[in-house]
Amino acid sequence: MRPRSLVPIIYIVFLMLPIYWLVAMSFKTTNEILGGFSLFPQDFTLENYRAIFTDPTWYWGYINSIIYVTLNTVISLAAALPAAYAFSRYSFIGDKHLFFWLLTNRMAPAAVFALPFFQLYSSVGLFDTHLAVALAHCLFNIPLAVWILEGFMSSVPKELDETAYVDGYSFPRFFVTIFIPAIKAGVGVAAFFCFMFSWVELLLAKTLTAVEAKPIAATMTRTASSAGYELGLLAAAGVLTIIPGAIVIYFVRNYIAKGFALGRV
Amino acid sequence: MTLELEGITKKIGAQTHIHETNLKLERDAFNILLGATNAGKSTLIRLMAGLDRPTKGEVFFDGERVTELSPQKRNIALVHQFFINYPHLTVYENIASPLRVRKMSRTEIDQRVRDSADLLQLGPMLDRRPQELSGGQQQRTALARAIVKESRAIFLDEPLANLDYKLREELREQLPEILSQRGTVVVYATSDPTEALLIGGNTALVHEGSVAQFGRTADIYRSPANLSSARVFSDPPINLAKIHKTGSKIVLDQHDWQASGDVLALADGQYTIGIRPHHVVPTAPSPPFVRIRDRVDITELSGTSSVAHFSMGKRNWVSLAAGTHPYRVGDMHDFYLLPEKCLYFDSAGILAAVGTDHG
Repeated sequence: MRPRSLVPIIYIVFLMLPIYWLVAMSFKTTNEILGGFSLFPQDFTLENYRAIFTDPTWYWGYINSIIYVTLNTVISLAAALPAAYAFSRYSFIGDKHLFFWLLTNRMAPAAVFALPFFQLYSSVGLFDTHLAVALAHCLFNIPLAVWILEGFMSSVPKELDETAYVDGYSFPRFFVTIFIPAIKAGVGVAAFFCFMFSWVELLLAKTLTAVEAKPIAATMTRTASSAGYELGLLAAAGVLTIIPGAIVIYFVRNYIAKGFALGRV
Repeated sequence: MTLELEGITKKIGAQTHIHETNLKLERDAFNILLGATNAGKSTLIRLMAGLDRPTKGEVFFDGERVTELSPQKRNIALVHQFFINYPHLTVYENIASPLRVRKMSRTEIDQRVRDSADLLQLGPMLDRRPQELSGGQQQRTALARAIVKESRAIFLDEPLANLDYKLREELREQLPEILSQRGTVVVYATSDPTEALLIGGNTALVHEGSVAQFGRTADIYRSPANLSSARVFSDPPINLAKIHKTGSKIVLDQHDWQASGDVLALADGQYTIGIRPHHVVPTAPSPPFVRIRDRVDITELSGTSSVAHFSMGKRNWVSLAAGTHPYRVGDMHDFYLLPEKCLYFDSAGILAAVGTDHG
């Protein structure tokens, strides 16, 4: 092996090590995990996965997460598409300041908003619903989606809009049948980031839910249960949490490269 | 179909982009808007197409007032300088899209799309997407989409400017044939005087936001109404100089020549002459001519023609001659001005007289 290929290999091993450890743990029994160091599962078991797929408190965590993440992605895109179009096509008073201000929304830690959201949603009866988490996540996902989409939209010449009007397209028809397909890469990238940030966000999701809409991340982080430490089970849950993200990133991998090229990701 | 602009003015903020303009364009002739970049050609097209609203004035299609009508309702077509097509649709669907919007029947759409595609030699490309085509083919697709719907007016905003030389020539030759006999008003914006001459038809010279002159292209070229028309309609730029007329004698610096024809009838005084670069030649023509000896500053040899710049008393004159002429930069060369080709403008810049053999 040539020495120059050694560097990427070391890097990849370094990156993959925690993931490997997680996967290996998920096939071990808790006793083996606590018992000592072992590189491979000595006592290979699927029991951890079986427990998750049969216990509603576990698998509902996934379903809840998927519901509010999907809801959030849909809301974020529905709001960000027209907003980004306005920023990319029109100039209005304060547009640049507003555009930058959108981005600054991402700079405040989520913890700052946990209390106001909790109080607000409790008082309007939104507490412990999927919508509550989905709306709360819009706080940072809409600005991000606007920022990404604006970049893609601005790379489409304004003449395309005009050509469509001259061809007889009304604005809504142009927007849906011509414009959105023309920036579908951007929509994909924006949807991916909305999905991802909503999927990995823990604090707001945990604060705004109790039982009905409890996300997987909240279920997973209760380290001890009545049966003591269930590390194998938690590892299996962790593996299952990574999978949706991996699937989504596989589908948008080419688009993300485009997003980087536009400097908006 | 006629397209009429009546007292059109366009202001954006305090800036006037189009000064009051009246223009009447007829169908079945190419109506060329010729002007430098930023002269207002595109703004005029946008006003005609309804993409912008005029600050003042009215637009008429066939006598019908359309000033407030949106572009969707004007039944027009537009081809931009950049190759604008719908990126996610095939060439076929691109061409079909204006017809689909009108909810035309499937068989009629198919018939029309294939006819337009054949006319523009796009037959084999129908299933491809625009980005898989060459620039020329992309612009052909845009043109096919413009002609497919039999609109009342077709606007072409420098459609050949982004094509390479060979494709530009090819498409320029085909355009009049493709667009004629459709009963539509064709408006063609270009910044290239040669292109305007080659296409022919009528030309409106656009200069600093107003139409300096409108008429048959060849007529305008031969006798531009004023100095700015002459400037716009000459490439390389027309040579200008102040002269003095006393009796039958025209004096330009140390040179002089005899006035004849209309020029003789001009009142004595100061005029500006304009003479096109190909009427200042480096080899002695048949008389009359005026010999000018000057230092060559810059030369451009293109293989088929030779351009030489010389100062002519800091006026920066240009000579254009066929073939390759052996200039040497910095050397003195003889140039021969053809006085009968001169255009004479009065002090207000209005054409006062033309030489006996202009053209």
